[in-house]
Amino acid sequence: MNTEKSLKTDFHQSFLRISKRDSISQKSAWAIRAGAVLLALVVNALFVLAITGLDPISLYATMFKGVFGDSFSRWEFIKNSAKLLCIAVALAPAFKMRYWNIGGEGQVLMGALASTIIMYTCDSLPSLLLVLLMLIVGLAVGALWAFIPAAFKAKFNTNETLFTLMMNYIAMNLVNYYYNKWRGEKSALGEINSQSKKGWLSSLWGGNEDGFFLNEDLWYFLVILLVSVLMYVYLKKTKHGYEISVVGESRNTAKYAGISVNKVMLRTLLISGAVCGLCGFLTVSNSHTISADNTAGGYGFTAIIVAWLSKFNTLTMIAVSFMVIFLQKGSSSIADMYARKGFDTSASSIVTGIFLLAVIGSEFFINYRLIFRSRKEEK
Amino acid sequence: MEPKVAVLMKGISKSFGGVVANKNVDLEIRHGEILSVLGENGSGKTTLMNMLSGIYYPDKGQIFIDGKEVNIPSPKAAFELGIGMIHQHFKLVDVFSAAENIALGCNEKGRYSIAKISEKIKNICDKYGFDIDPAQKVYNMSISQKQTLEIVKVLYRGSKVLILDEPTAVLTPQEAKRLFNVLVNMKHDGKAIVIITHKLQEVLSVSDRVSILRKGEYIGTVNTKDATELSLTEMMVGKRVELDIERPVPQDPVERLRVRNLTCVNPDGRKILNDVSFTAYGGEILGIAGISGCGQKELLESIAGLQTVEEGGHIEYYPKGGTEKEELIGKTPVQIRRLGVSLSFVPEDRLGMGLVGSMGMAENMMLKNYSDGTSFFTETKKPRELAEKIMKELEVVTPGVDTPVRRLSGGNVQKVLVGREIASSPTVLMTAYAVRGLDINTSYTIYRLLNEQKKKGVAVIYVGEDLDVLLALCDRILVLCAGRVSGILDGRTATKEEIGLLMTNTKSVLEEDVQE
Repeated sequence: MNTEKSLKTDFHQSFLRISKRDSISQKSAWAIRAGAVLLALVVNALFVLAITGLDPISLYATMFKGVFGDSFSRWEFIKNSAKLLCIAVALAPAFKMRYWNIGGEGQVLMGALASTIIMYTCDSLPSLLLVLLMLIVGLAVGALWAFIPAAFKAKFNTNETLFTLMMNYIAMNLVNYYYNKWRGEKSALGEINSQSKKGWLSSLWGGNEDGFFLNEDLWYFLVILLVSVLMYVYLKKTKHGYEISVVGESRNTAKYAGISVNKVMLRTLLISGAVCGLCGFLTVSNSHTISADNTAGGYGFTAIIVAWLSKFNTLTMIAVSFMVIFLQKGSSSIADMYARKGFDTSASSIVTGIFLLAVIGSEFFINYRLIFRSRKEEK
Repeated sequence: MEPKVAVLMKGISKSFGGVVANKNVDLEIRHGEILSVLGENGSGKTTLMNMLSGIYYPDKGQIFIDGKEVNIPSPKAAFELGIGMIHQHFKLVDVFSAAENIALGCNEKGRYSIAKISEKIKNICDKYGFDIDPAQKVYNMSISQKQTLEIVKVLYRGSKVLILDEPTAVLTPQEAKRLFNVLVNMKHDGKAIVIITHKLQEVLSVSDRVSILRKGEYIGTVNTKDATELSLTEMMVGKRVELDIERPVPQDPVERLRVRNLTCVNPDGRKILNDVSFTAYGGEILGIAGISGCGQKELLESIAGLQTVEEGGHIEYYPKGGTEKEELIGKTPVQIRRLGVSLSFVPEDRLGMGLVGSMGMAENMMLKNYSDGTSFFTETKKPRELAEKIMKELEVVTPGVDTPVRRLSGGNVQKVLVGREIASSPTVLMTAYAVRGLDINTSYTIYRLLNEQKKKGVAVIYVGEDLDVLLALCDRILVLCAGRVSGILDGRTATKEEIGLLMTNTKSVLEEDVQE
């Protein structure tokens, strides 16, 4: 006991204190975000200067040119953003329910694989019917892939994070298996049905791709955009969406409100998986091919970050997906350009990292404020 | 004995964002004295004490300890200054023993020896009259034992100033009495003791002085011997308050709910409800008393369709107007609610059972009836109107009906919860711990609301902790003891002692077991 000890009274006030903000106006919030981006630009410029001595302005210019320089890059940018967006949108309802579906990658691949099998085997069907069948089967198989772990969780309370993660590897290897099998059969797995164009998105309008609205990539993007808006409405305005919010907040509250938690979970995961399946179907009918590396391309994992960054708001996800893909594409174009000058993919990843850190970090300053010790105030 | 000032707080101010929690507060804590800090919900009592224990740092003001000005930047610093706080929610490691919990964070010099620590704990216990087994694991302890452990922990660290935040909120009358005895022992030993409370009887029975806060401002300090319940309430609320609870005579009571031979088994196979039978009448308030965990929650949940019950039991419901009785067992919670049986259960954390913290009042209004109607979309207009009505009528303090209810103070959260249940115009209204942790004013608002329902002919079932309130509010009081009904008393003639005895009396229950 320190009763006898002389009293220590020289505690210093800490230099910095952090306190939660009550509320912040939208204007200030955006000002903070803009400041963060500006800061990232400056830090990145210094970083580039310090290690390579390159002119940062031309580096940024390369980034822009790499992404928006020509029509092909622009469409690649839009398509990739849309794919990422679609998976993030698919994860949103599950995450909002606090069900950690890490299996987006696998669900996309299974949807894609199912669509491809239909594309291969039923190519005698009329175009419209074939595409429709591919869509339905893609949705169903994607949904099934998400449903299995959810059913186990409902029945045995298994850990959905691990389960969905493991399901990814099964899906990847299934795709690899079929890829190799088909490659053996058809000399090289290039475009599927490249002659008949059966099952291609463009087969819906006769395979003609001349003209702005006859562009497969455009429809790929528009469909996903529509799904994002629908998902927003579903989560915000419907009874199902309400149930998802309640279950996510507290299972006990849901129970008291008479909501069947398992029913909501299974239903939501069917939807989550189906949207992943949609992504798989769209990707196959747009790229006319399938591979474990490119069809989902790791976007199933990146989408988790997008979903969190957007706080599960599917409209915010549109902007975030574009930002993430811009950084990804931009940095790889710098790496292509400057690799010989010592600025390789690792360095360009650092540039991306600094941007992301600034954007995510700015959220902290939106939620909290810092109070520095002021000596004047003390006395 | 000349009073010696232990702690002096001068001109303390603290605000969170735009909300002022404390404004220019002065407080004097003396050695060898028990000081009550009294105030309504949200009046800044806990915030003020948190600044003393290093959890918050004041925006303005000075703190003196034994006459020296100090800075308290962290809880550790507070400990070194001899200030210990026992929080409302205990901060113990469940899987550790009492001694291990006490050793935790002490960081004493020399070898770690549980035996030595236990020895020291024993000394403290003997000195003040605590009863604690150093080897007992925390998960095996009752709430009152955990609280004792928290106090011993603070004493072990050599605190001379002890702050207890709402210490009796979770205790039975007997346990509270024991706690007060210990507090008096510590006081005679020269410790300075502060209890944060809103229970006037405690203030009057145990403390020497009372400091009163209202809306973050310091109102004044009075000697307890010069104070009465009324004078304190007036200082606390700022206006005269009628302290009598109304109890109109039930008007032609009709049978609404008859529970027969209800038995309920928990996952461990223990009978949590054992052959419970009673009848609830429309137009009366039926109180349910019992020590915590003796089956109140399960009883209400069974009626609401949230518990699986054993075969052989019956819950019969007599709807208004109709003569056909309905068996509630086997119905889903939604079906039961649509019949007009409503349950509002206020859990310890207030949220988590009846309300969704991240949603605003408006969205919370539709929690129980969102699924009504055939539309795929949710109805938003009516809940919003209802939320606005409740906000106005019950004086809920919130920036707006869309502000997440998590940000509201406890009292306001409870108003929202009870208000919603009443708005569903039930025929059976069950409420558990509706005034848990509430201040006088809000509590009386809730009693008034329940009485209004009673007058409308609603069968009100009120599970409460405060026996004085049960005796003043209820027409009949059902006492539960270890899952059995140990008695049903007339609220107008029963005494506190009678109920207390039935609450803990396991004798009659055991005898019945033998007879079976």
